[in-house]
Amino acid sequence: MPLLEVNNLRTSFHTRHGIVRAVNDVSFSLEKGETLGIVGESGSGKSVTCYSLMRLIPQPPGKIEGGSAMFDGVDLLKASPEQLGSIRGKRISMIFQDPMTSLNPYMRISEQLIEPLLIHERIGRADALNRGIQILQEVGVPDAANRIRSYPHEFSGGMRQRVMIAMALITKPELLIADEPTTALDVTVQAQILDLVKKMQRELGMAVIWITHDLGVVAGFCQRVQVMYAGRIAERAATDELFAHTAHPYTRALQKSIPALQPKGKSLYTIGGMPPDLSQPIAGCPFVPRCEFAQEQCNQPVGLKSIGTNHDTACLRVQKGEVNLQQPEPEPAQKT
Amino acid sequence: MSDAFLEIKELKAHFPVERGIVFRHQIGTVKAVDGVTLSLRQGEILGLVGESGCGKSTLGRAVLQLIPPTEGTVILAGRNLTQLKGSELREARADFQMIFQDPYASLNPRMTVFDTLAEAIRAHKEIPGNELPLRVSRLMEKVGLSPRFVKKYPHEFSGGQRQRIAIARALAVEPKLIVADEPVSALDVSIQAQIINLLAKLSREMQLTLIFISHDLSVVKHISERIAVMYLGKIVELGPAAKVFERPLHPYSKALVSAVPIPDPVREKKRERIILSGDPPSPINPPSGCPFHPRCPYAIADCARIVPKLENFDPERQGACIRMREINRVS
Amino acid sequence: MTAEFPTVTQHTDQVEAGHSLWQDAWHRLRQNKMAVVGAVFVFLLALASFLAPFIAPHSYEQTNLAIGATPPSPAHWFGTDVLGRDLLSRILYGGRISLSVGLVATAVSVIIGVLYGSISGYIGGRLDVVMMRIVDILYSLPFIIFVILLMVIFGRNIILLFMAIGAVEWLDMARIVRGQVMSLKKQEFVEAAVALGLRKRRIILRHMIPNILGIVVIYSTLIVPSVMLLEAFLSFLGFGVQPPMSSWGTLINDGAKDMEEYPWLLIFPALFFSITLFSLNFLGDGLRDALDVRASKD
Repeated sequence: MPLLEVNNLRTSFHTRHGIVRAVNDVSFSLEKGETLGIVGESGSGKSVTCYSLMRLIPQPPGKIEGGSAMFDGVDLLKASPEQLGSIRGKRISMIFQDPMTSLNPYMRISEQLIEPLLIHERIGRADALNRGIQILQEVGVPDAANRIRSYPHEFSGGMRQRVMIAMALITKPELLIADEPTTALDVTVQAQILDLVKKMQRELGMAVIWITHDLGVVAGFCQRVQVMYAGRIAERAATDELFAHTAHPYTRALQKSIPALQPKGKSLYTIGGMPPDLSQPIAGCPFVPRCEFAQEQCNQPVGLKSIGTNHDTACLRVQKGEVNLQQPEPEPAQKT
Repeated sequence: MSDAFLEIKELKAHFPVERGIVFRHQIGTVKAVDGVTLSLRQGEILGLVGESGCGKSTLGRAVLQLIPPTEGTVILAGRNLTQLKGSELREARADFQMIFQDPYASLNPRMTVFDTLAEAIRAHKEIPGNELPLRVSRLMEKVGLSPRFVKKYPHEFSGGQRQRIAIARALAVEPKLIVADEPVSALDVSIQAQIINLLAKLSREMQLTLIFISHDLSVVKHISERIAVMYLGKIVELGPAAKVFERPLHPYSKALVSAVPIPDPVREKKRERIILSGDPPSPINPPSGCPFHPRCPYAIADCARIVPKLENFDPERQGACIRMREINRVS
Repeated sequence: MTAEFPTVTQHTDQVEAGHSLWQDAWHRLRQNKMAVVGAVFVFLLALASFLAPFIAPHSYEQTNLAIGATPPSPAHWFGTDVLGRDLLSRILYGGRISLSVGLVATAVSVIIGVLYGSISGYIGGRLDVVMMRIVDILYSLPFIIFVILLMVIFGRNIILLFMAIGAVEWLDMARIVRGQVMSLKKQEFVEAAVALGLRKRRIILRHMIPNILGIVVIYSTLIVPSVMLLEAFLSFLGFGVQPPMSSWGTLINDGAKDMEEYPWLLIFPALFFSITLFSLNFLGDGLRDALDVRASKD
């Protein structure tokens, strides 16, 4: 039984300029203890997907149009406030990109840290504080017993993110959702944070959804990867498989545009064109205008299909076996 | 080097830290830039990397005289910028420009693209009004923007497009030097590539000297000829980009390179990781001796006493570490 | 707006119109019912007052001691005051005074305040310290003494009244603008303007002020009511409008004196005054909501 099973999730934003379909029929599942990476750029829907699960979308202008998200028998999208309250913050925790705005600058760390404990578990303040100090030590905050009484601004960016992680993990959740938590941090601090989350995950046996735009982070950290584009899943596979046998032109284009993998001296590969306007209906595959393999047939509706063990793709031509993305090709025609 | 186009000599930018409401007194100094010396050829692209707080942004601003340097000189095409003041400085600014990190905050939200670019074009030159539309259009096309967007406002553009507008604005005054302060950090990966390509192309075509500041080593490696690594206000390594990236000399550079995630699971799992302990130190209270020694896996007792100078390792490369040769012995 | 913009490529593209943040804000404002109602009311009242000479049924100063104070009747919709003057006409004419004092004094204070605050905030340093100390000193002057002094020197004059009030109200505006400018100075587009080598004057006028107009507009709609109250107070003290001219403030004062016997003398002017104040406040709130929302980022 998967820990989390999301089916046909649809979330849109009703704006003055039209209805923006931010998440368009997304389904996926997550097993206990598994690490899933959700990769995409701005507008891909990766964050909105997870915010929808946690019911953190502001309800106007946002609206969860349909779908279900089963967590231990409860549909998160339809749960009552009580049910949601007992899951959110306790069994499912979330950490965000900017630790400064996620922490209340007027409250000491101690108060914010033990708050979830006092709410969800009926333990006394003294016990809660001890657990707080303990978890701060585990996440690597030096001199935890004293620093627990500090305010957020007294910590550096990396430390604040550790505090956020401590807050998320103090209730020993079964699932941690991390929305680009290291994007704003230095590369060396990012490495430390990733190491830390790996360690805590092993100790607690929890599942992790890691949202990022950085394929490099995913390569070293996640067991499975899901690539999103224009509110849909483009490709999904085990990490090694995704990199070794890429099965969607967008995934390949993403890999190719990463500077780290490109030889010096030539111009960097770029994906021509722009992401689509999600307020306009898109008939077929949303990547068509920018895809070097696009044909007329790609304009019909296409869904996610399996092409191997645990490897799904939403590219019609790959599904049909017409295109093999592993072939190194001659200098690609670059659309600008 | 007498053929240096841009010469930065022992540049320092120190900021006093003050306490007290009634009697303000100085209790310390933030040595954001602490003695940087660099020389660039005309048309060279130098990558400047380091983490938050290392002083790279401050260095960029100090070179452009947006922050008055505390000590040191900056000489561009034979002209000493640090001695310029007032309207002399203001007029000289046509020669050196900046591109900022946040493409939204660096454009006036109430001015159209036309307004922004026309203002830049006319900043130092008298241009008759009827010539402006053509010049603005040309500038937009140069950075890859369609002139049909000329009447639009910044918020109507994506991040990458806004950055192009910012680049166009910097080019409008026909500068000789551009400092780009993390110009692609706020953009998506696929857009980063477009902007990097654009900057490289413009630099080639216009013989523009470019200082490219970033915390992302892989981006910098691609576009730069040389890379300078900064730590706590000083340059700790300087050399050709590929070599600094593939065989870093300084322990900090090694850690930096090893921390960059490689989007290839096979290589990522195999490689040796150096995870630094602790936080980057604050520039108010730098450690004694080598500023990196508290976090350095190669530190010895002397490292706490001696402040290493930037020395030649070979004709092309320099490093600031007393154990540089030992650590990098070719085995 | 489609103009042909010359391009160096072969085909000339049509220029697309842009829509500014002001347009976004205007749209949001239109959707705010209370703000629209407020704006409409203010507009109607202003129109009525402006057209007073044409639409007032009677003269505002024609006394009729025979009838004295009479309650509302078909002849006098709002009744008459103690001297038999038609209240409706007096209210309409009174509106001209109150509203024009409100608008003119506000305009004066806004212009002085914005310029003063911008210069002080942008230049900073010693100039800022000196300028703000001047503001502090002016704040501490007792306003009444100041106005009396002016009146004594220059005589009683409605224009002077405008100036006096404007001269006091600009202090608040200057402080607010200075604060806004100081925080705006740290924005990167200002740094970019400096980096371009633009003159200080241009930076203040073209980059600072348009970006603080939002706050200025909002604050102005709150100054107008307080100015109107101030005018009423001064008129009561004998320094503003003198009989037989009236402003809403004087009408309310007069009405209050006889409010038990002739309640209509208080109710109607007070009603007009209150509606105006409420309307301006709703408009101000609506403007704040419309302008304060961060413009859509991606």
